[in-house]
Amino acid sequence: MGEAGKVMIEAVEDRGEDYSGDFLAEVEARVEEGEWVTMCTQCGVCSGSCPLGPDWEHPPHRIFQLIRANRRDEVLGSPSVWMCTSCHACVVRCPRGVPVAHVMHGLAHYAVRRGLAPADPPTRRLAERFWENVVRTGRVNEPRLALSLLFANGLAEGVRRTLRSRDAGLGLLKAGRMSRLAAVAGDGVKDPAELRAILEKARAIELAKAAALED
Amino acid sequence: MAKRQYSFLPGCSSRPGASASHYLTSVETVCGELDIELQTIPDWNCCGASLGHVGGGELPRIALSARNLALSEQAHPGQDLVTACPGCWLATREASERLRQDEDLMRDTQEALAAGGLRVRAEQRVRRLVDVLVEDVGYEEIGRHVRRPLQGLKVAGYVGCQSSRPVGVAGDSTENPTHLDRLVEALGGEPVPSYEKKVQCCGGALALSEPARSEGLLRGILEAARDHEVDLVVTPCPLCQLHLEVYQQRLARSGGTRPAMPVVCATSLMAVAFGRSAREAGLDGQLIPAPALEALPPGLA
Ligand code: SF4
Ligand code: SF4
Ligand code: SF4
Repeated sequence: MGEAGKVMIEAVEDRGEDYSGDFLAEVEARVEEGEWVTMCTQCGVCSGSCPLGPDWEHPPHRIFQLIRANRRDEVLGSPSVWMCTSCHACVVRCPRGVPVAHVMHGLAHYAVRRGLAPADPPTRRLAERFWENVVRTGRVNEPRLALSLLFANGLAEGVRRTLRSRDAGLGLLKAGRMSRLAAVAGDGVKDPAELRAILEKARAIELAKAAALED
Repeated sequence: MAKRQYSFLPGCSSRPGASASHYLTSVETVCGELDIELQTIPDWNCCGASLGHVGGGELPRIALSARNLALSEQAHPGQDLVTACPGCWLATREASERLRQDEDLMRDTQEALAAGGLRVRAEQRVRRLVDVLVEDVGYEEIGRHVRRPLQGLKVAGYVGCQSSRPVGVAGDSTENPTHLDRLVEALGGEPVPSYEKKVQCCGGALALSEPARSEGLLRGILEAARDHEVDLVVTPCPLCQLHLEVYQQRLARSGGTRPAMPVVCATSLMAVAFGRSAREAGLDGQLIPAPALEALPPGLA
């Protein structure tokens, strides 16, 4: 993966034995905003607010319940947290002030880091390509992001999908909203290596903290 | 010197040749007209948007926004940081708030930034462009610039997620915001205060990754507007605008027969009402043209 690879997530070996099987304690200590889980009173307002509600295998309030019920694999392996659109409806409505969206995001990241996230959610693929894009140049190159997604399943599938989405692409091209050149070159920050140094340092600090918890 | 100056984060989508380049054109037109100077943050980087948490986790994601905050305060001390894209606002504002509230996070972030020779204070206010238009300029002053009122135009104001949550524009309601309706009114158009889908999510990034699942959301937003028999939909968010247009193009291709509903950016609508050309309003970037806007009688000059 070269230089950019260093700031990508590397899944650590999952022993699944930390916290003597106490998943709630694990979430509280290791998942971003995880300490909020016990504030939830199971009122269901968050789940009722989710725009893609019917597509969640376990809607947010159930995720909180499953965490407390110690169902680790079910939570981290579920495609549910990948259904969050970051709409923040839950955040403004939760009577307990739980930052529900952030916990869902935190769980998604943690599941990837532990190597337990399902491989197939398209949002996972999009997010990973997106981050590679950001790390490479410091700015998102939309055509390149679109192409890398279209070709994520190999060349033949990519060509088929490109043809299918051609009209939208051509429309944007015609309207001056998708530069032909940007897919090749594209501008970014002046010194991507400097930005990568910052991100690598941040990643290193985070990993060191996680390792300290491991002992 | 311009009447108002801000430190400006254009965002990835608003660059020339990107999907919201037409939006940036309209932003520049409107700000020029209102004597607002947007000073671009030198060497800004992506905000991480709503997907940064997956690859970036917590600290790298926060560091990304912290770099923008640091560059902004270095180049434009004392100025508010203003974003074109509500998505950039959400990520940047959140990072700034967390840095101020969490000492450990602040210390770790400084350590990361030092690898690039930067330091951050995160003391400036982080605002959306629409916050500035509504709060600092205000409807009255905007109204004074109208040379081509949107007479007879019925416009549904689609606010979307990131212009209503977690904090509404200029303190507006998160559930039933009215600032967009008041803006339409100031421009001489007819708003639809009872439009049901004002703050309905359009699917966000999942409109790209899960298009089939997001269809119901996009359809609902457009159908509700049709029920009110509006001429067009207006939105402050360039990504909502993109998603609503691309979805309708896809529909048309799969044999849909309904006439498409034009969706324009709020700043495009303002530029038209200010009497500026279609090109200056960014309307040449529409995938779905807005004939009602082009048919307006010419301005009062
Ligand atoms: S809205 Fe808050 S309290 Fe209610 S179920 Fe969701 S997280 Fe729990
Ligand atoms: S932010 Fe995510 S979890 Fe919260 S209501 Fe929206 S989709 Fe559901
Ligand atoms: S929200 Fe979009 S436009 Fe804003 S910096 Fe981020 S990816 Fe780029």
